[in-house]
Amino acid sequence: MKRKPKLAVWKFASCDGCQLSLLACEDELLAVAGQIDIAYFPEASRATVKGKYDLSLVEGSITTPHDVERIQGIRRVSKHLVTIGACATAGGIQALRNFKDVGEFTRIVYARPEYISTLDKSAPISEHVKVDFELHGCPINKHQLLEVISAFMSARKPNIPSHSVCVECKLKGTVCVMAAHGAPCLGPVTRAGCGAICPKFLRGCYGCFGPMETPNTESLSTQWKVLGATDAEIQRTYRGFNACAEAFKKEGLRYDDKETD
Amino acid sequence: MPDILESKNLQQLIEVLSADGYRVVAPTVRDNAIIYDEIATVADLPKGWTDKQDGGNYRLEKRKDDAFFGYNVGPHSWKKFLHPPVTRLFRAKLEGNGFQVVPEVEETPDFAFFGVRSCELHAIAIHDRVLIDEQFVDPVYQARREKIFTVAVNCGQAGGTCFCVSMNTGPKASFGYDIVLTEVLDGERHYFTVETGSEKGAEVMSKIPLRKAEAEESETAEKIVAETVLQMGRYLDTTGIRDLLIRNYDHPRWDEVASRCLTCANCTMVCPTCFCSTVEDVTDLKGHAAERWRKWDSCFTLDFSYIHGGNVRSSAKSRYRQWMTHKLSAWIDQFETSGCVGCGRCITWCPTGIDITEEVRAIRETEVSD
Ligand code: SF4
Ligand code: SF4
Ligand code: SF4
Ligand code: SF4
Repeated sequence: MKRKPKLAVWKFASCDGCQLSLLACEDELLAVAGQIDIAYFPEASRATVKGKYDLSLVEGSITTPHDVERIQGIRRVSKHLVTIGACATAGGIQALRNFKDVGEFTRIVYARPEYISTLDKSAPISEHVKVDFELHGCPINKHQLLEVISAFMSARKPNIPSHSVCVECKLKGTVCVMAAHGAPCLGPVTRAGCGAICPKFLRGCYGCFGPMETPNTESLSTQWKVLGATDAEIQRTYRGFNACAEAFKKEGLRYDDKETD
Repeated sequence: MPDILESKNLQQLIEVLSADGYRVVAPTVRDNAIIYDEIATVADLPKGWTDKQDGGNYRLEKRKDDAFFGYNVGPHSWKKFLHPPVTRLFRAKLEGNGFQVVPEVEETPDFAFFGVRSCELHAIAIHDRVLIDEQFVDPVYQARREKIFTVAVNCGQAGGTCFCVSMNTGPKASFGYDIVLTEVLDGERHYFTVETGSEKGAEVMSKIPLRKAEAEESETAEKIVAETVLQMGRYLDTTGIRDLLIRNYDHPRWDEVASRCLTCANCTMVCPTCFCSTVEDVTDLKGHAAERWRKWDSCFTLDFSYIHGGNVRSSAKSRYRQWMTHKLSAWIDQFETSGCVGCGRCITWCPTGIDITEEVRAIRETEVSD
C-alpha cells in the first residue's frame, strides 16, 4: 500500500471561510480523509503530524512580519503549496488598507499603537513564496477545492477555468442581467468558479473570484457608465475582496483622482 | 392554398404533439426575457409580449395585441437541446491493471421544437452539415436531431438586431420544418395559416381542426411576412465578404474592436451556429473512477488555443478576428456556407454591444487598397 499523502491546512489573515469550505464538503471530506492523511488542520482536529507535507493549502494574506517568517517555514516543509481564496491569492478585503496609511489607522484604533507590529500592506502569499497553484474565490467553491485535491492525487492538471463568469451564465441558460435588465455586472471581467450565482438571482456579479484571464475592465466601465454607474460606484465595486488583484487594482486607481463625492 | 388554424385551437396542436410522445419546447418568458423551455399549454407561450433589441440591450415589452409569436429570437437557441452545453461522454472504472469504459446510455428525449424561426432553421442546417454530414459524426447531436419535430413560425416582424434578409436566411421558412405557421391578427380575427413540410407534419395536422384558407386569408399572411422583410434592424453587405476579411487581416479596425471586446465569450455562446466544445477528464479522489465531460467552449477563452508552450491567440484582437473571420469568411471554405444566419444574438447579448454588421461595414468602408 502506498503511503498516504500528508495534507496541511494553514491560516493567515482571513475569515476562515475557505477552510470551512473544506469542512463543508462533509461526505466528500470523509473520502478525502480516507485517501489523505490530514496531518495539520487546527480548524478540524487538534492532532498534528510533523512535516514534510505533500500538499499545503494556505488560506489568508500576509500582514505582519511574523506572517512572513511563518510562510517561509511552511514553504520549506511543503512539497506542493496551493493558496485558497481571495485573501491568499490577492490580499483579501483587508488589502483595502494598501490604499491608505496603516500607521494612521493604528494610531486611531489602538490605545497603545506601539504594541502593534504590522506591515503596511496585506499581500497575497505569492508575493512572499513560490505558489504551485492558486484557487480563487471569496469564498472558494468546495467542488473546485475537491477537484484540485483529486487532480493532485492523480498528478493531473485541475479543471479550473480562468475564463469569464459569462460562460457559466450561458452554460446554465441564465438570462444576462446586463443586457436584459441593465444591471451593472462584473461577470465579463471576473473569473468563473461560483457557477454564476448572482445573475441567477437577477443581480450583477461582484467579482468574488477576482479578475479573469484577460480582463478588459476599462471597456466594461465604459458600458457601466452607459448603464448609469458613477465613477465612485465603479471604484467601490472594484474595491472589494479582490481590490488588490492586479487588474481590479488598476481599474480602481483610475478613479482615484476623480474621488470627489 | 394553406390551411387555417384558429388561434383558439393552438392548444390542440400542443396536445397532439404531447400525445404523440413529444416534449414540447417553446419560447416562454423567464427573468425578463423570452427563452426556450418545456411548455405544457399555450398559456406558457409569451402571449402579448414583444422584445426590443439593440446592441447590448434587450427589453421585454407588452404588446397591444395578443400575439403568441410577436417577438424575435432571445438569448437561447435550439442548440441547447441538440448540442447540450454540458454532457457526459462516458465513465471509466479501474479494473485490475487497466480500466473499463462504461458507455453513456442516455435516453434521448423526443423534442418538438415549437416556434422555430427561419434563421434558426438555417442554423440547424449548418449544424447538420458540421456535426453529421462531415467525416466525423457527433453521436450526441445526431441522436437528438433525428427525433426532432419542428413547428416553424414565419416572422411577423423583425427585431432591432435581425438581418436574415442580408444573409438570405429569412424571415420566411423555406425548408427544414414539419409544420410552418404564420400568425395573423386582423381586427377581431386571430388565426394561423398552416403548411406542412413533411409526412410527419401532415399526420399531426390531420389530428387538429383545420379548414382551407380563403384566398384573402392567405394573402394577408403573405403580406405580413413581406413587410417583415422591410423591417430588418441591421444590414450586412456580404459582397465578396470572404475575400474582404482575408485581405484585411491587418486592418486597424481589429485593434479598435479589441479595445471594446471583453473576451467574455457571450457572442459565441449565444450564436446558434457556434459549435466548439472542450473535453474535460475528471477523476475521483481514489483514482478508481474517471469521467469525460464535454462543455461548450469558445474561441474567446485562452484555453481554447492553448497548445504546448502557450496560447496561439493571446490578444483580444486575434480572438475577435478569429471569431468574425471564421464565421463570415473561413466558414465558406470549410462548410460551403456562411457561419452567420443573421439572427442578431451576438449583437444583443454582447455586454458592450459590439455589432458584427458594424465591424464589417467599418472594414469595408476604410479598406486601404494597394
Ligand atoms: S449576467 Fe453578468 S456574468 Fe452573466 S452573462 Fe451577463 S454580464 Fe456575463
Ligand atoms: S433574423 Fe429573420 S428569421 Fe430570424 S428572428 Fe429575425 S426576422 Fe425572424
Ligand atoms: S454571428 Fe451573430 S448574427 Fe450571426 S448567427 Fe451568430 S449570433 Fe447570429
Ligand atoms: S464581442 Fe462582445 S460578447 Fe463577444 S467576447 Fe467580445 S465583448 Fe464578449
